[in-house]
Amino acid sequence: MSELLTLRDLGKDYETDAGPVPVLKSLSLQIQEGEFVAIMGPSGSGKSTLMNILGCLDVPTSGQYLLDGHDVGSLPDNELARVRSQVIGFVFQGFNLLPRASLVANVALPLVYQRIGRGIRNARATSMLERVGLGEWLNSLPPRISGGQQQRVAIARALVTEPRLILADEPTGNLDTRTGREIMTLFQQINRDSGMTLVLVTHDRNVASYASRLVYLLDGRIHYDGPVDAFREEEVA
Amino acid sequence: MILSLLGEALAAMAANRLRTFLTALGILIGVAAVVLMVAIGQGTQKQVSDSIASMGSNLLIIRSGAPRKGGVHGGAGNMPTLTTMDAVAISQLARAALVAPTVMGSVQIIYGPNNWNTTAAGTNADYLGIRDWRVVAGRDFSDSEAMSGVRVALLGQEVARQLFGDEDPVGKSIRVQRSPFLVIGLLDAKGQSMGGQNQDDMIIVPLVTAQRQLFGTQFQGTVSMVMVQARSPADMTPLEQSIHDLLRQRHHLNARAEDDFRITNMTEVSETASEVTGMLSILLGAIASISLFVGGIGIMNIMMVSVTERTREIGIRMAIGASRRDILTQFLLESVIITMAGGVAGIATGIGLALVATRMFDVWTAITAMPVLLAFGVSVAVGIFFGLYPARKASMMRPIDALRYQG
Repeated sequence: MSELLTLRDLGKDYETDAGPVPVLKSLSLQIQEGEFVAIMGPSGSGKSTLMNILGCLDVPTSGQYLLDGHDVGSLPDNELARVRSQVIGFVFQGFNLLPRASLVANVALPLVYQRIGRGIRNARATSMLERVGLGEWLNSLPPRISGGQQQRVAIARALVTEPRLILADEPTGNLDTRTGREIMTLFQQINRDSGMTLVLVTHDRNVASYASRLVYLLDGRIHYDGPVDAFREEEVA
Repeated sequence: MILSLLGEALAAMAANRLRTFLTALGILIGVAAVVLMVAIGQGTQKQVSDSIASMGSNLLIIRSGAPRKGGVHGGAGNMPTLTTMDAVAISQLARAALVAPTVMGSVQIIYGPNNWNTTAAGTNADYLGIRDWRVVAGRDFSDSEAMSGVRVALLGQEVARQLFGDEDPVGKSIRVQRSPFLVIGLLDAKGQSMGGQNQDDMIIVPLVTAQRQLFGTQFQGTVSMVMVQARSPADMTPLEQSIHDLLRQRHHLNARAEDDFRITNMTEVSETASEVTGMLSILLGAIASISLFVGGIGIMNIMMVSVTERTREIGIRMAIGASRRDILTQFLLESVIITMAGGVAGIATGIGLALVATRMFDVWTAITAMPVLLAFGVSVAVGIFFGLYPARKASMMRPIDALRYQG
């Protein structure tokens, strides 16, 4: 297994009127290709900030972020957009589908920004929707299907570009326990079948247990990094 | 690339049909107003220049001047000072091509049970040449007829219609002011003059006949005006000067005396008129472009609202790979498509309204390619100009802020 992403002394400050407030403090982390990592931590521990940086939506204040060997921490906006388009797939807590576009159009959308022709876009989106079990609702609109189904659409959208890295931010946060379990099983399958690297942020111990490795953040620092099974939350508290 | 983004732009517009339509309506009204107003302006311009041209080209009109008697100015032509012999003298000038001494007056014409009041012009054979007027049936009168007192007449279309209906007037005898006249020819249709008179409502008779038989008794041998056609446009000004000198000499006017005639250079009149009507076109177009401008502000307003409302959508698009340029292009495409659609519909509406105005309200309109293309180009430019700021605003959003936005 090769390294997919490396963080070296990564720091992130937020500018406020009272001066810069450090959110991430000198974080170092390596994730191998094909790993399934859960990032946990209480609110304010910096896990969302870390997620945004990993997803190239935000850039670090200090330190290095190497994605597939390239230092993406210092890339200009349009290069970051290219990395997001080609290397990363996002799954959000609130699904973030376009409500007025059909499921096929939603799933095909990332391919628009890869300049892929309409016919191929729709074919790939359709087969991806079939893979997540939504082959019957291709032309439905997102508000007309259930939350669990919407999250499946979002996963299909993240997968359609065949990215190296899938980032999921509280993917079960808006779902009931049973549906959440289904979604997590789907993630596990994807990781196992296609060897895609998965990084998932959650505050739920049960959700994290689907991953193989757990990174626990506390106050902007890594507090625990190891197998999920060996982690005892009580130790933190 | 543009094609994929075009699809996204069209999908976004389709998702908000009513708003898209209302925005396009603003542009539609603006473009339609511009097209209609310019059509009216140009129609008027064309009408005016046509009616001046219908009087004849390279034309100088000399009228008996305003004589001063006891300090009171009379109107031009009230007291004829020009004579047939003045006209003959003018025709000797090298730069004069055609010279038509003319008397005019109102006459009552009778044919069978019908009678009609019209204008009679007594003139010579040059008159029709100067006015570029043709005889469509029968014949013109000859120089010898013009200079003798024979009672022959050429009828305008309107007079022929009023007196004869469908009957062929040529060879028939009519009574003009009680004297019998032989109709020898029918004039071509000429339409309205600049003053709005129907130029087809007249008859033409030989000058001498008119002077002696119709309204001659008071002013023997005098004419109310002389129409002169110069040999070329370049001859107009020198000819005007030589006629002026010639007439002063012939009328024995000393250096201090005022002219007892007046020369009108129709080329100058035509130039002035086209300047005025050209200004009218520009003015109408300018007023109409205000509404196009307002429509553009409407676009900007809607696009600003749209950008704010779709902040989250923009964030999603950026997260899944859209670059700033992609977002900019999409929003710019949306506003350009809206204005283009509004522009095309506006051109169609403007042309339609112009046709309706011509048909129903007797407004002169002329539609030429230039203002139509210009209006279309301007509407696209409006789309780019007023769409650029909102599109830029959309593209400059930070993806994390846009995603976090609760709309």
